[in-house]
Amino acid sequence: MKKVLVLVLLVIVGYFLTDTFNLIPFGENRIGNPQDEETVAGYYLNNTAEKTSVANTVTAIVVNYRGFDTLGEVTVLFLATTGLGSILFRRKEDEEEIERINKPSSSLMQTGSRVLFPLIALLGIYVFIHGHLTPGGGFQGGAIIATGFLLMLISYKNFKAGHTMLNWVESIAGITFVTIGLWGLLTGGTFLENTLPAGELNNLISGGVIPIIYIAVGFKVAAELTGVLDILLNIKPKK
Amino acid sequence: MITYVVIFSILAVLLVASALYAVIQKDLLAAVISTGVVSLILSVFFYLMQAPDVALTEAAIGIALTTIIFVITIRNTSRNEDETVDNNLEKF
Amino acid sequence: MQDFEQYNSIITTGVYGSAIALILIGLYAVLIKKHLIKIVIGLSIIDAGVHLLFVAIGYIKGGTAPIFSPGNEDAAQQMVDPVPQALVLTAIVIGFAVTAVALSLVIRLYKHHNTARIDQIKSLKW
Repeated sequence: MKKVLVLVLLVIVGYFLTDTFNLIPFGENRIGNPQDEETVAGYYLNNTAEKTSVANTVTAIVVNYRGFDTLGEVTVLFLATTGLGSILFRRKEDEEEIERINKPSSSLMQTGSRVLFPLIALLGIYVFIHGHLTPGGGFQGGAIIATGFLLMLISYKNFKAGHTMLNWVESIAGITFVTIGLWGLLTGGTFLENTLPAGELNNLISGGVIPIIYIAVGFKVAAELTGVLDILLNIKPKK
Repeated sequence: MITYVVIFSILAVLLVASALYAVIQKDLLAAVISTGVVSLILSVFFYLMQAPDVALTEAAIGIALTTIIFVITIRNTSRNEDETVDNNLEKF
Repeated sequence: MQDFEQYNSIITTGVYGSAIALILIGLYAVLIKKHLIKIVIGLSIIDAGVHLLFVAIGYIKGGTAPIFSPGNEDAAQQMVDPVPQALVLTAIVIGFAVTAVALSLVIRLYKHHNTARIDQIKSLKW
């Protein structure tokens, strides 16, 4: 009986979704000519290369034009990490040695992860430093660095990602982001305004405060995702 | 030109088939890896629609990190979907 | 995917159809399945379907990626819509955070009730 009702609900939801989305033709040009009309996408595409000198339009939208939403997203990630740590809370008095892995992993995996870990960290740092020139940015680079830390955490028994250092990196990166926003407010403009000079297109140092914000976001996301993985891997097993 | 349509149709069929397999299968480890395959094919779709930033983000977060937190949860709970616990209170 | 006048209906059905099929499959898993990890897998599949729908709306026929290259700086006529891509970038990261918190709740429930099925948890309560 319950299955029949759920299937009827799914058919109704599917019918209304297809009916609505068939009114939007796939691939139709809705921007028009970016020079003449004033749609939102036309304005962003037209003014990104001239005013901000950033080659990646999506980076300019995420950090500069809609930068307040990025601040909200970084806050949501921080709240998720804190909530996870407080749900899986472990008291200090029953702190014994947690066995993260039962038997030591093979020497192939240990040698391989020790060789690969600096290279993965280098790739992650490259991706978020060049976020305004090539596809990439803070979130992608942070996730890549967290994957490198995961490889080391699985292979070695006594590899510790220090919690105090992760907390310090995360806090300093978050304070940098908010300070840049307040600096824009103090010098007479709006919150998160682009106050540094723009520079030339396709240079590494260009685009004002955009690379600095993305570097801070990259470090913050890497520290948070590593903290999530570290908390989840060190759960006391129920005897 | 026709190679685009052929590749595109094969990928769309694989996407829906992987999602169905992830929901129907009783062994939870196979279901979780099937969710990773859904993220992988989705990343290729994002690349074909000229969105390289979104493809990078989906590949970095959806394939590696989501699969590993699911596997850690399976390690701390049960692996099979039909595991029942015997209820001592029914022996009255 | 450059110009496709005669295959238009196939590609439209393919993109919108697979995104809506993903949303319906995820909704089925959330409503009917009894194991908690299966329900969280369903949530993750609904997220994937919605993201695909968003990026599909922003696609323009014959467009290229919205990145300016050193050769031509005024190629803004032929780019796809960059605004849905910026929205989906944020949504993917937030979807991962929600999945992580939901799985930590599943682990905590298992430690307390010794089972992860919702019909068993109802029967253990007096």
